[in-house]
Amino acid sequence: MTLSATTRPPAATGDAGPAPGPPAHTGSSGSRVLGTLTIVGVVALVAFGLVISPADVNQGDAVRLMYIHVPAAIIAYLAFFVTAVGSVMWLVRKSTWWDLVAASSAEIGVLGTGICLVTGMVWGRPTWGAYWIWDARLTTTALLFLLFCGYLAIRRIPADPAVRNQRAAVAGLIAFVDVPIVHFAVSWWRSLHQDATISRLDPTIDGLMLFTLMLGMVVFLLGYLWLMVHRFRIAWMEDRIDDVGLDRALDERRAEGQPQPVAAAETDTVGAL
Amino acid sequence: MSVPLLADSRLVAGKDLRLEWRSRVTTNQVAPFAILVLVLFGFALDADAALLDRATAGLYWIAVLFSGLLAIQRSFAIEAVDGTRDALRLSGLDPGGIFLGKSAAVAAQLLTLEVVLLGGVAILYGTDLAGVGLLAATCLAATVGIAAVGCLYGALAAGLRVRETLLPLLLLPVLAPVLIAATRAFEAALGTVGVNGWAWVTLLAVFATTYTALGLACFGSLLEDS
Repeated sequence: MTLSATTRPPAATGDAGPAPGPPAHTGSSGSRVLGTLTIVGVVALVAFGLVISPADVNQGDAVRLMYIHVPAAIIAYLAFFVTAVGSVMWLVRKSTWWDLVAASSAEIGVLGTGICLVTGMVWGRPTWGAYWIWDARLTTTALLFLLFCGYLAIRRIPADPAVRNQRAAVAGLIAFVDVPIVHFAVSWWRSLHQDATISRLDPTIDGLMLFTLMLGMVVFLLGYLWLMVHRFRIAWMEDRIDDVGLDRALDERRAEGQPQPVAAAETDTVGAL
Repeated sequence: MSVPLLADSRLVAGKDLRLEWRSRVTTNQVAPFAILVLVLFGFALDADAALLDRATAGLYWIAVLFSGLLAIQRSFAIEAVDGTRDALRLSGLDPGGIFLGKSAAVAAQLLTLEVVLLGGVAILYGTDLAGVGLLAATCLAATVGIAAVGCLYGALAAGLRVRETLLPLLLLPVLAPVLIAATRAFEAALGTVGVNGWAWVTLLAVFATTYTALGLACFGSLLEDS
């Protein structure tokens, strides 16, 4: 993921307005290709998931939820893994790039676990007769969702970026290390109470259904990458505004050349940023 | 002692426990709160003896987590005033030692709370405290884990404007496996459910070891940032 020149504020020292002028969008030719592929893929997934693939013998049409439920879960796990890697890279190298990757990925991961939970509950109602049962995987996903909500809460705290990044990185690691322990504890706990969790994937899955599921995985992976590119670029621009924007704003105010309002203008700018 | 890490941790733990001994916040505020939680559970469950008996293990650990949260918050509130955090950072103590020391002090307070709460459930819920060895091992392993994660997150939330609300949100999901494992082990000890309690104690020990190791590795970077 290389940053094009468009993500940096233009160097022109225009006097158009007080705000530094970021580019109007975060797109690039690469992200447009990715986005087009994703949208085409979503259309295909809708066609295969809702029309072309057959209904399940036992679950009926509810099985169609699987085509977004399972990919969303897998994307969420991938996203949290990327967050953990990004956190380590921040701690080791103090790399802002990796920190922003970790932050962006965690947001998509929480979205993924959210989709997974909602579709799981909608699916559970006709299949199990209840929106929620304490299934091991469902419970683990719910805890994962809450763990990373906490991580996102840290990211939103108004604090010095270096402090926030440092703490968010440690929090990301704490949360990620917890995932296998949570998974193990919950599965072990539930296995004591019920003999077997209900298997969602029939081992002898119909060929067309399997294809649709695989298509779902590919589409969600593309969607993840697409969202990541845009989210990362937004985060990068925000970071630049924090970093460069203040200096630029100060320079602009100085360039206005009025000796009397300078002090007041500076404090205003600091407050606004 | 030839290991500076342990010497440093003894210093920090001694400081925290001395502060606690002089201020008596745990004994005068947190312990009564813990008992209060037990009483409130009694109200919520309609003082149904059979139901309370079945739920004792879970209610006990919920009470430990909630009151432990207060002890952890307190442990880092005392570092927030008068620039103590900077003083700690400049003291030249090993960050790992500071982490171990703070964890040990929190663990000591938690163990006190747990003993108080054991007395509480024995009296209020009429629990017969059988399987003392398993109860003690569970308390010890769970406490080390709670203290380690608590000190990591306590340092993480310290100095932030939203720390009071942030800490429970961060801490409780991470401690969910501790709640599950400690409750199951207690149920085994009390004879409520026939499970292998020592297996759950092993899981608690793994949790405690993992987060103590993570704390030793990460605490320095949390201290240096502010």
